[in-house]
Amino acid sequence: MPETVMNSLTLSHFLMTGAILFCLGLVGFITRRNLIIMFLCTEMMFQGVVVTLVAFSRFHLNDTGQTFVIFVLTIAAAEAALALGLVVLLFRRKGTLDSLVWSQLSG
Amino acid sequence: MPIELIKLIPWIPLLGAVLCAVCCMKPAWRKAAGPISVLSIFIPFLITCGVYSAASGLQGDDKVQTIYQWMSVGGFSVNMGYFIDPLTMIMLFVVTGIGSLIATYAMGYMKGERGYARFFMGVSLFIFAMTTLVMADNLVLLYLGWEGVGLCSYLLIGYYYEKPEAVAAAKKAFIVNRIGDLGFALGIFLTYMTYDTVSLSVVTSKAVAFLSDPNYIATSADLWIPFLLMLGAFGKSAQIPLYVWLPDAMAGPTPVSALVHAATMVTAGVYMIARLIPVFQLSPYALPTVATIGGITALFAGTIALCQYDLKKVFAYSTVSQLGYMFLGVGALSSFGGIFHLFTHAFFKALLFLTAGSVMHALAGQLDLRAMSGLRKKMPVTCWLMFAGCLALAGFPFTAGFFSKDTILAEAMVRGTGEHGSNLYFFLALMGLLTALLTAFYTFRLWFRVFMGPEHFEMGDDHGHSDDDAHGDDHSHAHEPHEMPWWPMNIPLVVLAFGAIFAGMIVHWTGWMEHSIETSTAQPAIALNIQTDPQPTPAYEIITVSNTTDTHDTATEHPAAATGHSAEHDRAHGIHILMMWISSFIALLGIGLAAYFHWLNRPLTDKVAAKFGMVVEVLYNKYYIDEFYDLVIVKPLRTLGHGFYRFDQAVIHGLVITVGYIPRLAGWSIQPTQSGKMQGYGLGMVLGVAIAALLVFKWAF
Repeated sequence: MPETVMNSLTLSHFLMTGAILFCLGLVGFITRRNLIIMFLCTEMMFQGVVVTLVAFSRFHLNDTGQTFVIFVLTIAAAEAALALGLVVLLFRRKGTLDSLVWSQLSG
Repeated sequence: MPIELIKLIPWIPLLGAVLCAVCCMKPAWRKAAGPISVLSIFIPFLITCGVYSAASGLQGDDKVQTIYQWMSVGGFSVNMGYFIDPLTMIMLFVVTGIGSLIATYAMGYMKGERGYARFFMGVSLFIFAMTTLVMADNLVLLYLGWEGVGLCSYLLIGYYYEKPEAVAAAKKAFIVNRIGDLGFALGIFLTYMTYDTVSLSVVTSKAVAFLSDPNYIATSADLWIPFLLMLGAFGKSAQIPLYVWLPDAMAGPTPVSALVHAATMVTAGVYMIARLIPVFQLSPYALPTVATIGGITALFAGTIALCQYDLKKVFAYSTVSQLGYMFLGVGALSSFGGIFHLFTHAFFKALLFLTAGSVMHALAGQLDLRAMSGLRKKMPVTCWLMFAGCLALAGFPFTAGFFSKDTILAEAMVRGTGEHGSNLYFFLALMGLLTALLTAFYTFRLWFRVFMGPEHFEMGDDHGHSDDDAHGDDHSHAHEPHEMPWWPMNIPLVVLAFGAIFAGMIVHWTGWMEHSIETSTAQPAIALNIQTDPQPTPAYEIITVSNTTDTHDTATEHPAAATGHSAEHDRAHGIHILMMWISSFIALLGIGLAAYFHWLNRPLTDKVAAKFGMVVEVLYNKYYIDEFYDLVIVKPLRTLGHGFYRFDQAVIHGLVITVGYIPRLAGWSIQPTQSGKMQGYGLGMVLGVAIAALLVFKWAF
């Protein structure tokens, strides 16, 4: 890869990418009602944050951020398994994935 | 037998109580509770006998047998320790000896009762508390035993808990005792503040040192401690004004009345005063007050007993009256007299209660004197056993009660006459003599009514006893009164009857108990100072004089008392002999009058009673004291309590409710924000984070 291209790729590009991913996920989480989609949106927010972490790590030439990312991904995998399990349980209860059926907390 | 065994005495009955509690669990095990309980009381009795000579000979610090340190707070520490001196041994003899006899009788008496194991658990637990009380080396442990016997008394009075009057009596006993115990507790606090210790051995020796120091000036604490302790004694030992619980306590089973409310627990107050008599001597007014209250109670309760128809009530008031004698004894500085009467009273009053229990058992719960007559032929053994008890209670010459009552009256008379004599003690001795007449009369009124005259009886309506095994060979199911079986009921009574007749003679002629008391802390302090001078009046004068102004002129009291010693001794001896003649005459007079009015000429009695209807009515209603207390204390307190309840409901409760509405209102106002929709919460979270982020940026940059 030519150096000029590398040089034109600055930190802000990566941060932008992360921010866009995060915002997409956020908007999806707030607007969609399907439990699985909402869950996927949270995963997308996660990835946005992860991208930011890697970018900063590279920028500061400090490996801590990337190490942290490995941990985050591992835990995210575990959490995904758990969350999908919960979604399955919720689906079994009501026979639908619509999040509006779960509104017992309504005051 | 090694002396260390004495430490086990309280713990064996406790183990027995636990085992009895275990027996409660399965119906099949319940029968074992009786023998377990009897053994758990009888083994301590054997230990008491075995270590008696070794324990009486203990000197100095050996008298205190410590098991472990109970508590230690700052400079205050209390040991789980026992104080063993001859007085302790006498009390242990009474508690475990009489206790095992009564428990044996109860094995038969309570047979077939539903709460058989529960009853014996209470009895064993009571013996644990009572032995702790009499063995305690410090006031706190004594207080533990004191409250323990109170609790057991409550549990055992309320044994028939399905009967409302038993429950009411149990509560009454507990509450009235609380009043006295408050005074006792305050007395213990004040003792600790004054003497810096609660150990009985230290407190008494310090008090003796104060008494024998002519320069000692009594402090106000010295004056107050005896009065506070006295309040506890009056509550526990049923003296005016706190005696009202004892007659009601007869709602418990009869063995309980015999054990707890005649022989042992109620004498705890007498024991406590005797134990701490030097402390009481420090206050010039304490012992005269004790004697006065005792004398008045003796006469007062004696008059009430004259007109009661309930068999157990007569004996209950008689117990109150006899306890009054004991207080008169210790109040007259004759702790020997008080303890002697305690000892003999335990025998004959236990015997009387248990024989009354036999009559009640035989008549299916009938206790009314008017409903029975001439039972001599039906129950010959019970008849003559009760006769022995009645003789002792009436003070018939050479029975146990004769010697002990005579000791008290003579000692009071010694205080009341002579050059130092005070009129107070003279009057108290006269009151005691009058009470002796009443005692002889009401005791034999009861006996002649029940066992003499034409045969007539009405069965009671208590069928609880009628279908059990205790009826032995009689299977007519309680349509006829019948004699009790020899084992386990009548044999313990025979032992008690021997005690009731001969215990006084043995003590009087061997001088065993007098010697024991002299070598214990119960010995009045001044007699330690001035050899065996029976005249204690200088003690009071030393205190009163040094209390007011100058202490020097008191020094002249000592030689005066010492030279008057042998003359005093002769005078005291003469009074003792004289009182023996007078009280023999009075006892015979009382018995004779009772025989005439209640055996030979009953119609005349009815006529006399009708003529003095007012008096009989007042006495039958116990001077309306219960009604008076109800009016003066219970009703105002109840009204006050009702007022407080109203105030609580309206103001306090209203305030709490109002305050409780505030968060509710706040919640109601922001309720709409809680939609229950996940997206809404998500949005809220996002906005919150955004605002927080904005704020952070605003301040950070």
